[in-house]
Amino acid sequence: MAKSFDVRRQPGFTAIAMLCFVLLYLPILLLVAYSFNAGQSISQWEGLSLRWYASAWQNDQIQSATILSVTIAVTAAFLATSVAVLAALATTRVKPWRGQTVAFAMINQPLMVPEIVTAVSLLIFFAMIKVATGYTGLWYLIIAHTAFCIPFAYMPIRARLQGMNLSLEQAGADLYGTPVKVFRYITLPQLWPGILAGGMLSFVISLDDVVITEFVKSAGQDTLPTYMLGQLRRNITPEINAISTALLAISILMVTAMFFFSRTRK
Amino acid sequence: MSPSRTRFALLAPAMVILFFAAAGPLVIVLVYSFLIPGDYGGVVWDFSTDAWFGVVAERDFFTDQLSWADAHLSVFWRSIKLSLMTSVLSLVIGFPTAYFIATRPKGSRDVWMLLIMIPFWTNLLIRTFAIMELIRNEGTINTVLIAMGLVTQPIQMLYTEFSMLVGMTYVYLPLMILPIYASMERLDFSLVEAGYDLYATRWQVLRRVIFPLVKPGVVAGSILVFVPCLGAYVTPRVLGGGKQLMLGNLIELQFGQLRNWPLGAALSLTLLVIVMIALIFYVRAAGNEGNAHG
Amino acid sequence: MIEIDTVSKLFGAGDSAFRALDRVSVTIKENEFFTLLGPSGCGKTTLLRLIAGFEGPTSGKILLDGQDLADKPPYRRPVNTVFQSYALFPHMTVAENVGFGLTMLGKPKSEVAATVSEMLALVRMTNLADRKTSQISGGQQQRVALARALAPRPKVLLLDEPLSALDFKLRKEMQLELKRLQSETGITFVFVTHDQEEALTMSDRIAVMSGGTIRQIGGPREIYDQPSERFVADFIGDTNFLSAEMIARTGDSAQLRLGQGAEVTARAGQVDKTSGAVTLAIRPEHARLVALDAGQLTGTLDDIVYFGTDTHYHITLDGIGTRFVLRRQNSPDEMRPVQQGERVGIALASSAGQVLKD
Ligand SMILES: Nc1ncnc2c1ncn2[C@@H]1O[C@H](COP(=O)(O)OP(=O)(O)O)[C@@H](O)[C@H]1O
Ligand SMILES: [Mg+2]
Repeated sequence: MAKSFDVRRQPGFTAIAMLCFVLLYLPILLLVAYSFNAGQSISQWEGLSLRWYASAWQNDQIQSATILSVTIAVTAAFLATSVAVLAALATTRVKPWRGQTVAFAMINQPLMVPEIVTAVSLLIFFAMIKVATGYTGLWYLIIAHTAFCIPFAYMPIRARLQGMNLSLEQAGADLYGTPVKVFRYITLPQLWPGILAGGMLSFVISLDDVVITEFVKSAGQDTLPTYMLGQLRRNITPEINAISTALLAISILMVTAMFFFSRTRK
Repeated sequence: MSPSRTRFALLAPAMVILFFAAAGPLVIVLVYSFLIPGDYGGVVWDFSTDAWFGVVAERDFFTDQLSWADAHLSVFWRSIKLSLMTSVLSLVIGFPTAYFIATRPKGSRDVWMLLIMIPFWTNLLIRTFAIMELIRNEGTINTVLIAMGLVTQPIQMLYTEFSMLVGMTYVYLPLMILPIYASMERLDFSLVEAGYDLYATRWQVLRRVIFPLVKPGVVAGSILVFVPCLGAYVTPRVLGGGKQLMLGNLIELQFGQLRNWPLGAALSLTLLVIVMIALIFYVRAAGNEGNAHG
Repeated sequence: MIEIDTVSKLFGAGDSAFRALDRVSVTIKENEFFTLLGPSGCGKTTLLRLIAGFEGPTSGKILLDGQDLADKPPYRRPVNTVFQSYALFPHMTVAENVGFGLTMLGKPKSEVAATVSEMLALVRMTNLADRKTSQISGGQQQRVALARALAPRPKVLLLDEPLSALDFKLRKEMQLELKRLQSETGITFVFVTHDQEEALTMSDRIAVMSGGTIRQIGGPREIYDQPSERFVADFIGDTNFLSAEMIARTGDSAQLRLGQGAEVTARAGQVDKTSGAVTLAIRPEHARLVALDAGQLTGTLDDIVYFGTDTHYHITLDGIGTRFVLRRQNSPDEMRPVQQGERVGIALASSAGQVLKD
């Protein structure tokens, strides 16, 4: 019997899709594979070894870059998530109000303005402040990272808040809860998944940033990505692959966790 | 506290940070674009429109004659050309892929989309590296080709417009698939059946039924790819190797080697304006679609 | 013209496969208004989709004018569908929707335009030709869907519960309209519904389906008056089921003894028994209330339910305890008033009952 007509099929589409998945993953998989290469090369396999992980682990520059990356990402994610919770509370489930367009434009601005433009503007602005105050510490980077993390933290929290049942809070208020208590005991527990998602997104986004960090950092303030960018001029060894693999692992873990998290909730 | 005061208090921290570290500095860029470059970077506080002229024109050092700034224009042209090509290539790969995912059984669609999202959420620099290691002269592709005896000399792919196109398509492809998939998932397949029922062939159903119905997703995806390509910095730097500049690299150059901050500022704002025009175009298109279907 | 030859359709594979159609065979004739009637989930839509070509049969054949359709994709079958959800293209106007099929067939523009206006006139939608389909009401969408499916002049029109989304009055109107369109165009209609009244009023022939099989095929009168089995009798109209003993049989006529001892004659239908226990179906309007000793059955009147055009009498039969419902048309010359709780007699119309297959 002839194969019956499938209304969902389009000739060639499945092949292109398969090709797409292969193309998406092949380069990453090769990069990961060569991080375990025993030799110097990133394209000729000379046996399995962890030597590049060991060498990366013992590299002082990589150590300090890692510490800096994590410090900035944790602080920025914490700050961005905190202010995003407050902002989401102020802008979700409320009647339209004067200035809401401005507020939304401000929150989404880092998503719309090209990163290079933001980077340039921060370079100029922070240069002025550095001259005026003499301060050259970490806070420039932290504040810059916090700013571009805010929209990423805001989105899942707002989505969570929108899906929340208003009557629970009204019941809380009815049972003599002050606004602060209602928030602490009713809103916040329900908001946790959104906050967690926002925090993880912010952490990943901050950890991965190159452009803004590259322009804002003072001397000696290399994060892992800017360190890697700097290494490009030299001879590339699988050490770069090892760092990349570690960073990849973190991102993939977080995204997958968030995926299963949102799936079980449904 | 009154509701509006509460709201103000809750919004204030986010707004202060965003004002000082995102929106506010843009104003300073505008100011800088009207100043004169300092000798060792920075600016001299004198009003001048030279930087804006410099975006498209240049003055001959000796004869003082104005002519088109060919170097800049070619960078603009390459940025726009590569961004358009990236959008088209992403569409050609992304549309069938989104269609494929949207026609999977409901339970497995999320998993396929996760496979699209994972590369997207991994470090852009690392993904660019991955492409670079693949197409370098000593990279996997050339190694394999030589080993197979297909070529004797490695094919120079890195540091060409080709490598930039491949790299940008690779890193921004998920941005194309995401909105198309969102439209496609909502597509009512009884409309597709109606198309076949009314004598449309596979190609005609694709062109006359499916494509018009998911057009909002296609427009969104194209803009979402086009805009970051236009301002791309990392991918062209790594894969263009400083030889094939795009706008982002040209801007960086003004703040680095060339020490012409006002010109860099003017170029940045030019980029911003182009991006805003693209976004307005998108909002218009999305708005019209909404009206037509509402 | 359409021959459906022992068609089965399985969804899924292996042990968990679901048999949506089970060896269905039916022949639909030229110019016929043919209805598939059955409860939700019995496989009506599946059968239509097989004819349209959106799905292939797991086994069996479908022939159109003697030609096997197996290798023909939907766009090569001279069959059009009116979808349950209408499936109008939202990005096209009413006229573009109606003209779509002809355009795809490569007809010249002038011919498309002419047919479109003819079709729009046929369904009385001429004045809304340039509207988007989202800007017209449900009833109007229904008409556009009809016009769109009729425009290419298919040999067969498939209609999947096309009226179920309409409100009562509009539905009544459209029933007449569909009948009119069918006789005007002379196209074979295969109409799907779960509404037995709709099926009875519109069809030339009806196939009653249940659980993926066809239970009975026949004209409306035949289906109603001579249901072959309990499912059909129960699904179409109201029916009283009485246990009885067959004591004699000559051809179509059977002599039965009812539980209370009275003897009646009934149609034996497709039952091949000549004796033994059988089930007798009697329509509520085929019995009359009479004096206690004047009928074949007696019972106590439990409820009197007034329905406007008629009244239903609910009676518990003496001795057997079975509930019997009797329907009487209301008329100005009232019969002797009866009271709830009163004992009454029931007279069955002669040869009104139908013996059912087990
Ligand atoms: N694509 C499918 N996959 C699995 N089961 C299906 C599919 N289509 C229909 N069915 C099942 O087949 C049975 C018959 O469906 P359908 O023909 O739509 O019934 P009807 O139109 O009579 O209500 C239903 O139980 C339905 O769940
Ligand atoms: Mg159905």
